[in-house]
Amino acid sequence: MKLTLKVWRQKSANDKGRLETYQLDNVSEHMSFLEMMDVLNEQLIAEGQEPVAFDHDCREGICGMCSMYINGEPHGPDRGVTTCQLHMRKFNDGDTIYVEPFRAKGFPIIKDLVVDRSAFDRIQHAGGFISVNTSGNTQDANAIPVPKDDADKAFDAATCIGCGACVAACKNASAMLFVSAKVSQFALLPQGKVEAKQRVLNMVEQMDKEGFGNCTNTGACEVECPKGISLENIARMNREYLKASLSAE
Amino acid sequence: MSVLDSKIPEGPIAQKWTNHKNKINVVNPANKRLIDVIVVGTGLAGGSAAASLAELGYNVKAFAFQDSPRRAHSIAAQGGINAAKNYQNDGDSTYRLFYDTVKGGDYRAREANVYRLAEVSANIIDQCVAQGVPFARDYGGLLDNRSFGGVLVSRTFYAKGQTGQQLLLGAYSAMNRQIGKGKIKMYNRHEMLDLVIVDGKARGIIARNLVTGELERHSAHAVVIASGGYGNVFFLSTNAMGSNVTAAWRIHRRGAYFANPCYTQIHPTCIPRSGDYQSKLTLMSESLRNDGRIWVPKTLEDAEAIRNGKKKPTDLSEEERDYYLERRYPSFGNLVPRDVASRAAKERCDAGFGVNKTGEAVYLDFSSAIMRYGREKATIIGEVDASEDRIRELGEAVIEAKYGNLFQMYEKITDDNPYKTPMMIYPAVHYTMGGIWVDYNLMTTIPGCYAAGEANFSDHGANRLGASALMQGLADGYFVLPYTIGDYLAHDIRTGRISTELPEFEAAEKEVRERLERFINNKGTKSVDHFHKRLGKVMWDKVGMARNEQGLKEAIEEIRQIREEFYKDVFVPGSMNELNPELEKATRVEDFLELGELFAIDALQRTESCGGHFREESQTEEGEALRDDKNFAFVAAWEWTGESGKQVLHKEELTFNDIELKQRSYK
Repeated sequence: MKLTLKVWRQKSANDKGRLETYQLDNVSEHMSFLEMMDVLNEQLIAEGQEPVAFDHDCREGICGMCSMYINGEPHGPDRGVTTCQLHMRKFNDGDTIYVEPFRAKGFPIIKDLVVDRSAFDRIQHAGGFISVNTSGNTQDANAIPVPKDDADKAFDAATCIGCGACVAACKNASAMLFVSAKVSQFALLPQGKVEAKQRVLNMVEQMDKEGFGNCTNTGACEVECPKGISLENIARMNREYLKASLSAE
Repeated sequence: MSVLDSKIPEGPIAQKWTNHKNKINVVNPANKRLIDVIVVGTGLAGGSAAASLAELGYNVKAFAFQDSPRRAHSIAAQGGINAAKNYQNDGDSTYRLFYDTVKGGDYRAREANVYRLAEVSANIIDQCVAQGVPFARDYGGLLDNRSFGGVLVSRTFYAKGQTGQQLLLGAYSAMNRQIGKGKIKMYNRHEMLDLVIVDGKARGIIARNLVTGELERHSAHAVVIASGGYGNVFFLSTNAMGSNVTAAWRIHRRGAYFANPCYTQIHPTCIPRSGDYQSKLTLMSESLRNDGRIWVPKTLEDAEAIRNGKKKPTDLSEEERDYYLERRYPSFGNLVPRDVASRAAKERCDAGFGVNKTGEAVYLDFSSAIMRYGREKATIIGEVDASEDRIRELGEAVIEAKYGNLFQMYEKITDDNPYKTPMMIYPAVHYTMGGIWVDYNLMTTIPGCYAAGEANFSDHGANRLGASALMQGLADGYFVLPYTIGDYLAHDIRTGRISTELPEFEAAEKEVRERLERFINNKGTKSVDHFHKRLGKVMWDKVGMARNEQGLKEAIEEIRQIREEFYKDVFVPGSMNELNPELEKATRVEDFLELGELFAIDALQRTESCGGHFREESQTEEGEALRDDKNFAFVAAWEWTGESGKQVLHKEELTFNDIELKQRSYK
């Protein structure tokens, strides 16, 4: 395949940034999108130029590190994948592909396609946990049965990889799918119920502080989420939030 | 007399850990506030250690090269975590888990450490459930289990094919609680580039802020290395792109012995490589061997026809297939340990039975399981007259519930539908059992420097059983290190803050700076990856699944050659004072080039076969690994003496009091 790439280059957070055009001649349809980027970088290095900086690590769709905005969609045109799982067979010979970083106020650019997603960590610091210390003497794991349906729903919410595609896809740059996934995981489990009220209040407060927008029910986040996290989680978080806000404590 | 003191406590094996904990020094809570601990790496071992140490009251500084602790490569572990809970009432016990692990490791692990691991395994599950880890449950609401290779009980707890992710997010949440309280100071996008030793004790690290490029000095009373394994020395492996040996290697160069570097696990079920541009290999969880059957065609003609695309796997009848694991190992069948399954796949492919274009692939077939589950399900829902198609549909739904994400992952990569046609798989480098030598307390040969998780060598011998890596990482971090580190730190309560202005810090920082400058100023022509790929090819061809004397000697020479060229001809674009991924790779590959050499030297000295280390010169008539207990029942611990390849070998003799040394058999 022959491709034309329009890649966002930005030297640092303060640089203005611009799209640069590159040609690639020998792209195999079996390559992953990041392997195609590797080929581009090898080509740039051979020409003595600086390669394109991008985040990536596991390259199997689970670490959540890769974060490219490809032809106007986070993680590109395929569904249920991260950028590293996107394969070139989803494109055609002669295509022009636009590659940009995830764009959101909450995700400032560090360099080229690399953004700072530490806001997500800070939201987790505010309440993304159950307050138990390590103990060799906690109760037996089977002491509290959890209905399979609840366990499965908690698991589905917990599969969020924290990549930030939901934010990048949202016209409001809202992080509600991400936050609600964590709130839901714990709200659905008996172990998480004890602190449920405080958790949702604290996490939402931090989310607002970080400058993420609100949800207006467009649903783009759910469509672009590589793990298929459901919008139901946002509804659950809203219920939890309302409950917590109204009950005196 | 060996210079190595493993500090194994006295007493019967079942009492050792309890006795040790009772006698060990502890630091009083008020004094813990005066003590700083650095943890490098935030995977299962590092994350759980950082959280637990902070809960105890120590001031923890944690370092990750990724942008968040949650991205450490433990996240990619799929299948599960072992624990001797005996929830299935199938006769499991601490002793059985201990026995299986020592046997699975081909009798090259330290008995006392493995027993402790088995002992604390049940606590891990309790702890994780309390943290909100959503393990798989059955309809009664209790935890479900499955089986993994090399054992005859069901003791593996799991969360679909994302167990590592869920466990890591559990440890991450425990960390988050402490970060929120200010007890852990988190340094994301930071890479440790050297260890600082003051008066013979580990007192800090030099780290590079990967965003600004700045070198930073960090001091502490103890340093924990939990930086994972070194499988990426092969370039292609199932490790993440950033996984590296640098933290472990830099402490080795500062005096920590490196143990058994040649013990590498080649995982039997990975997606075969597709081309030269390949950047990494993807694992298909061992849990798939619960339900998948591995086969190749019985005849060379059929294998050839399949390679040419003239036949499809589904065209072959049962009689035309060779389920070679079931044939060779009737009692364990498809669930033999990983080393055995990998070698069996290589044997069939080398004999010409491989099923993809490169001839390096075998089938993993779910059709039997789909029909079996489909029939069960049809019975349960009362569809007694269900058609074949209906049964298949029901069966596919059951398989999807169990392995859905793995099947999806396979389909995205290969563009094949594994519900309809068997998966193609081939062995790939996955895990390294070798690592930094540690004593029973997980302390390295440098006082105050500890190693936990995959970064140390201690529990898996020459082969790790499936679902035991997660167990070991969390055991070290939650339940071992928090106790044992106190024994050392109890002597440090009066030390006070350690200044980063000490000359030792200055000297270490200067060395690191010069090392980085040398790369930036090098007027080379080739990329870092160019050299990494060449190293990987030598490692795979000559130090891979099967090794022999001649190949190993050649490998040592070739690695030296590549290293020499690397220093002369590597080109690192950009500057030091910015985000520079090529510079990060350069220092990592530099360390891999030294490790690779020691790896081959270690493989050369160990003329026996054991576990994942297969020397062609030492095999049974049936082609199984043949140990030499008389001469090789020891841990090979290598001491750095100032130059790569010139390490000195120290031996820790392994004694087996509770398990009889036997030729491993899974037949």
